[in-house]
Amino acid sequence: MYRMISSLFAGSVFGLGLMLSGMTDTTKVQGWLDVFGNWDPTLAFVMAGAIVPMMMAWRLTEHRTPVLGGSFPNPANPELGRNLVIGSVLFGMGWGLSGLCPGPAMATLGYGGWPHLLFFAAMVAGMRVAPRFRERLDMIGAKG
Amino acid sequence: MEADWILGLIGGVLIGLAGSVYLLLNGRVMGASGILGGLIDGRAQGTRGEKLAFLAGLILVPTLISLTPISSNTHVSTSAFVLIPAGLFVGIGTRLANGCTSGHGVCGISRFSLRGIVATVFYILSGGLTVVIARHLIGAI
Repeated sequence: MYRMISSLFAGSVFGLGLMLSGMTDTTKVQGWLDVFGNWDPTLAFVMAGAIVPMMMAWRLTEHRTPVLGGSFPNPANPELGRNLVIGSVLFGMGWGLSGLCPGPAMATLGYGGWPHLLFFAAMVAGMRVAPRFRERLDMIGAKG
Repeated sequence: MEADWILGLIGGVLIGLAGSVYLLLNGRVMGASGILGGLIDGRAQGTRGEKLAFLAGLILVPTLISLTPISSNTHVSTSAFVLIPAGLFVGIGTRLANGCTSGHGVCGISRFSLRGIVATVFYILSGGLTVVIARHLIGAI
């Protein structure tokens, strides 16, 4: 029960932060990516603002266990791999086209209207086919 | 313009605090694509409840804010030819790379994860190139 409450709280603060920072406004995101247009630096401030408290949080995980039980995530995996690069390039294409990444895509679901519902449906479909896509990629990798 | 940066910084700190709560209390990495993806591919098992609770907060709070006078215009494209491929790319890409802006960007970089840094470099380069091509060369967005 406490795990659900803290998750609900974290999700709520995440949603508030996304909206307040302007990251639910696709023009600000695309404006940051568009270095040849009217460049908007807001996203860099958002990232910097988010990374600093997270750095302190990772520090606090050392030699401890989570407050609500269980264990902290394993140390960061040092292996890069092809899927990380191909996946990130694909993700970037969709992010650039729409100005939406998964967090803001969900934060806007309740009020953004049909374009957000359509994007979300396509994103879920993409997540569903991703395992098969990964198998195909691995097969190509094994042949080459 | 400066007001946007200040709001960006404040909103960013809130995002970082949300990630800190999810990490320190629940012991989990706050990645939007991982939380949704885990529910979709059924690997969430014991964490289903907390993932659903997270998404409930993430969807409900902005919806409530949109009822206030605070601007909630998302300026999103209204073309299905943009929205459908974009959604598919984001869905496949984030699952293949195992993370998005929150998981690799915020949570990964802050622990100096090489995977998080490399992923972020590639999706920013790819996103930048996509906007430049789609906007300035093709005029599609």
